[in-house]
Amino acid sequence: MTVLSLQNITKNFGETEIIRGVSLDIEQGEKHAIIGPNGAGKSTLFHLISGLYTVTSGSIRFKEQEIQNKKPYEINRLGVARSFQVTNIFARMNVFENVRCALLWSSGYKYSFWHLLGRQKELNDKTLEVLEQIGLQNKMLFPAGELAYAHQRALELGIAIASGAEVIMLDEPVAGMSHSEAESAVELIHKITTGKTLIMVEHDMNIVFDVADRISVLVYGEVIACDTPENIRANPKVQEAYLGEVVTSA
Amino acid sequence: MALLKKSAVWIAYLVALLSLPQFFNSVLAISIFNQMAIAIVFALSYNMLLGQGGMLSFGHAVYFGLGGFLAVHALIMIEFETVYFSIIWIPLVGGLFGLLAALFIGTFSTHKAGTVFAMISLGIGELIAASSLIFVSFFGGEAGVSGDRTFGPPFFGIEWFQNVEIYYLAVAWVIIATLFMYLFTQTPAGKMANAVRDNPERAEFIGYSARRVRYITFCASGLFAGVAGGLFALNYEFITEENLNAATSGRVLLSAYIGGLGYFIGPIVGAVILTLMNSLLSNYSDLWMLYLGIMFLLTVLFLPRGFAGFIMMHQVAWVRGTMKQLIVPYLLTGLPAIVFVMSSIALIELSHTDDAEFQYLGLTFDSTGAMDFVLIALVTIGALVCVRKSLPQLRAAWESANEIVEEAKESKT
Repeated sequence: MTVLSLQNITKNFGETEIIRGVSLDIEQGEKHAIIGPNGAGKSTLFHLISGLYTVTSGSIRFKEQEIQNKKPYEINRLGVARSFQVTNIFARMNVFENVRCALLWSSGYKYSFWHLLGRQKELNDKTLEVLEQIGLQNKMLFPAGELAYAHQRALELGIAIASGAEVIMLDEPVAGMSHSEAESAVELIHKITTGKTLIMVEHDMNIVFDVADRISVLVYGEVIACDTPENIRANPKVQEAYLGEVVTSA
Repeated sequence: MALLKKSAVWIAYLVALLSLPQFFNSVLAISIFNQMAIAIVFALSYNMLLGQGGMLSFGHAVYFGLGGFLAVHALIMIEFETVYFSIIWIPLVGGLFGLLAALFIGTFSTHKAGTVFAMISLGIGELIAASSLIFVSFFGGEAGVSGDRTFGPPFFGIEWFQNVEIYYLAVAWVIIATLFMYLFTQTPAGKMANAVRDNPERAEFIGYSARRVRYITFCASGLFAGVAGGLFALNYEFITEENLNAATSGRVLLSAYIGGLGYFIGPIVGAVILTLMNSLLSNYSDLWMLYLGIMFLLTVLFLPRGFAGFIMMHQVAWVRGTMKQLIVPYLLTGLPAIVFVMSSIALIELSHTDDAEFQYLGLTFDSTGAMDFVLIALVTIGALVCVRKSLPQLRAAWESANEIVEEAKESKT
């Protein structure tokens, strides 16, 4: 079943066309990677799906509902959660509060000012569960802004997955990590996206081929190929546009 | 036991509030305490906005003032028997009007935080202050409006002739307001206010409209500012345009900042300090505004987290028992610092005075000749040199007290 469907999406910034007619179907439960050279529009595409940017034309459907140009919080409430390339956490709050805040809406608290959070046992237990999953249970009283970089990235993931959204979008989850940090991050990604739909932008090809069931290659705002990892690796168009660079530079 | 330790600060706060008039019962003291009570509620409501919600307002006195005006009108209505209820409910009347004003103004002012919000708050502040001189029937023009709190049904025989009676009523409201404002920080809306303050963009990606979260915080803050305005109306029985203008807005910003934003008790500390300076220092020197300004500047520069932040800095050293390492270094820096401050004040006052003979700290100085100026200046410079010389040892002592703290952090992980 198609869970997320992009139809002929374009996005202009003034005169410049950044996304030039992207169509893409994401199947339920698949792990989909979006790759492409710098400036291809990968992050822009993420921002369009998640509602940070409005589309210039085209439609985005989540299940049977059109979500293009909806507000980020509306899209999130439907069950699409995302992380950011540049760490985007609540820096002055502690780790526990960060995760608990991410759980509030999906737990049905809305804008309540009559529930005392200290007494919401189920919510607090769930928060601890997420903290354990992302391996930050020992750091939960640290201000998020003071965490080490790899831990901040783990928290970034934690905030994204806490709500239990069906579709999880990760924008370069291992960017800036050392090799061993990236390895444990990939393990974490496997763990937290089990049974869910994952869309991921990533530069590191090893990770992409490790995680993804299907890969879309975005070049200058267009999807030039969308296929299984094996076929993408063999695709001459892709090699020319993207992988060739990587292979020679590596 | 753990609960007792946790609530020790609050119990001390309660005991202090209730027992103050037992120790200081002069007319002046009671009047200062009443001002403090009003200032505490007002500053806490301001901190809700800025410290908790990240909205810098230059017009928070609008909600205080509007609440106060309606409260005085309510007093007048009680006097003329249009309505019939005890004046103990007046702060609630003020609060509801503050809330009403915030419900309306918030619809457009909370659209964005940051500069946009600050500018709108400034504009609204000027607008309301200007219209208070236009809509004379509600605001009473320059003279303001006045009422009389001694009408209406007595409350258990109390008819509110004494200021000390108002003090205890104010304390009751301070406790209620403090409690509710504290509890608000523990609710989903209160926590999301922090989240939106830290990162409005991300808040939208966990399902919350940053604007709606700001709006709720803004309204709650308007409510409690109105309660403070109602307390003001009860205490003074009159209110003028001055109570909702930019100067009043500026003062509440100062007290929240000096006390320490981001700490719940910060504004309480700031409100107490500012009220004391306002009412005591102004008896000694007509330059007290200058000192207040300098103090604000020094706070921003050297204690960015305010007095509460300065106290909280010692929390871990206190727990680890390393505080005693700091006592001697603090004295070595603190004593010359006090000499420096006092002699600087002497210099300022001596240049300001019109009298030939100037009394200061029991000493008499001659303001006509250069001799005493030079003498005090030498003391000032000497004290400053001592402070600078003592700083390295203070820093070293601080670091050694914190080294253990670092270990503690490691062992915790």
